[in-house]
Amino acid sequence: MALTGTFLCLFLVIHLLGNLQLLLPADRARASFNWYSHLLSGNVLIKLIEWLLFVSILAHIVYALLLTLRARKASGRGYVYDKRKASSTWNSRNMGFLGMIILLFLVLHLKDFWYRYKFGNLPLDEQGYTDLYAIVVAAYEEFWYVLLYLAGIAALGFHLLHGFSSAARTLGLYHPLYSKVVRVAGKLYTLAITAGFMIIPVYIYFNKA
Amino acid sequence: MKIHLKIWRQDERDGPGGMVSYTLDDVTEDMSFLEMLDALNGVLIGKGERVIEFDHDCREGICGQCGLMINGRAHGPLPHVTTCQLHMRSFRDGDTIYIEPFRAAAFPVLRDLKIDRSAFDRIIQSGGYIAAGTGSAPEANSILVAHDTAEAAFDAAACIGCGACVATCKNSSAALFVSAKTVHLSLLPQGKLEAPQRVNAMIAQMNAEQFGPCSNTEACEVECPQQISVLHIARMNWAFNKSRLLGRKG
Repeated sequence: MALTGTFLCLFLVIHLLGNLQLLLPADRARASFNWYSHLLSGNVLIKLIEWLLFVSILAHIVYALLLTLRARKASGRGYVYDKRKASSTWNSRNMGFLGMIILLFLVLHLKDFWYRYKFGNLPLDEQGYTDLYAIVVAAYEEFWYVLLYLAGIAALGFHLLHGFSSAARTLGLYHPLYSKVVRVAGKLYTLAITAGFMIIPVYIYFNKA
Repeated sequence: MKIHLKIWRQDERDGPGGMVSYTLDDVTEDMSFLEMLDALNGVLIGKGERVIEFDHDCREGICGQCGLMINGRAHGPLPHVTTCQLHMRSFRDGDTIYIEPFRAAAFPVLRDLKIDRSAFDRIIQSGGYIAAGTGSAPEANSILVAHDTAEAAFDAAACIGCGACVATCKNSSAALFVSAKTVHLSLLPQGKLEAPQRVNAMIAQMNAEQFGPCSNTEACEVECPQQISVLHIARMNWAFNKSRLLGRKG
């Protein structure tokens, strides 16, 4: 979980940095974003990373399911009166639930953008690149779609808030000072990732023609 | 004080059980929680009923024998105390208190509030010791141990094995207990040599006993009477991962 999670955290940074081009003025954003998408789709190294990404997501899900089954078996009969939630954070106890929301969000995300880009029949822009920008903007101009996105990103944020420092502990970071540093870094990372991914659909929605 | 109690009663291991209500008068705030249960048992004996069975020994907070789920929290509402160090002054007249045994598949209920924690003993037997005969106590300064290292080892060794970490964990993980037992030995010169074998053997036994996986919620540290830090879990993970990478499993 920790290794695949760390890799996915790294991917999110790269993904966000690429997507920030969507915040540029419309004409520049279209040219830049479509060129960037074309560059990624034609690169062998990126194809390898794409496969690694799919394998990581799958491994993360399968391992999470196995651990959940093991935990259920270990818990035995539950308590009649249970106040254990007072001793831990909500998100740390509900990583599986948050993960399911993220998975649903991911399926929607891949269907609407990745699948359409790879296998759909999209128009070309002035440079002759597939116009991914057009379908992204069309999607983010829908209010319900923006809301759905914000909910998905919020779930991702709560997942990362626990997952980042949890991964460090599973990998064995035991130094008290560095553990605190990682905890703070995890909060800053989560804030940057969630705010970054949330700003994009909101910005496009409020700047629609 | 008048206290209403709802207590888990179970006649035999793996048998059915349920919450039974009792009301106890004349409870004083100076009574410890276990003395309150003693008083209730006195009443039950007077009525000719079977007493409520629960684990206890030193009643000084150091043996780790007592352990109850009180109002849904391991060892009750106070932070970092054992059940025996909880006093009735933490409750108010007319309160209803729910008392249940620590729950986990690895801790089967034997009767009422008494559980079988021998899974912990088997984990210790799998590697929680130093294999070499150490003889009688050596001269104190013959093996020098830095003060900070000694303190860190003592912090881990403070674990009394009560099982509150398992009882409060949503996964019923014993990671905090096992980490405390591996770390306190591996920090010291005598225990360091066998550290890779120890951590592998004890984690294997922990898994064999059907304790759950650790998902780092940190609830165990919050409820631990000895305030064992979750950083011990990280140190155990480091030792375990390192031994796997270097191929020194046992």
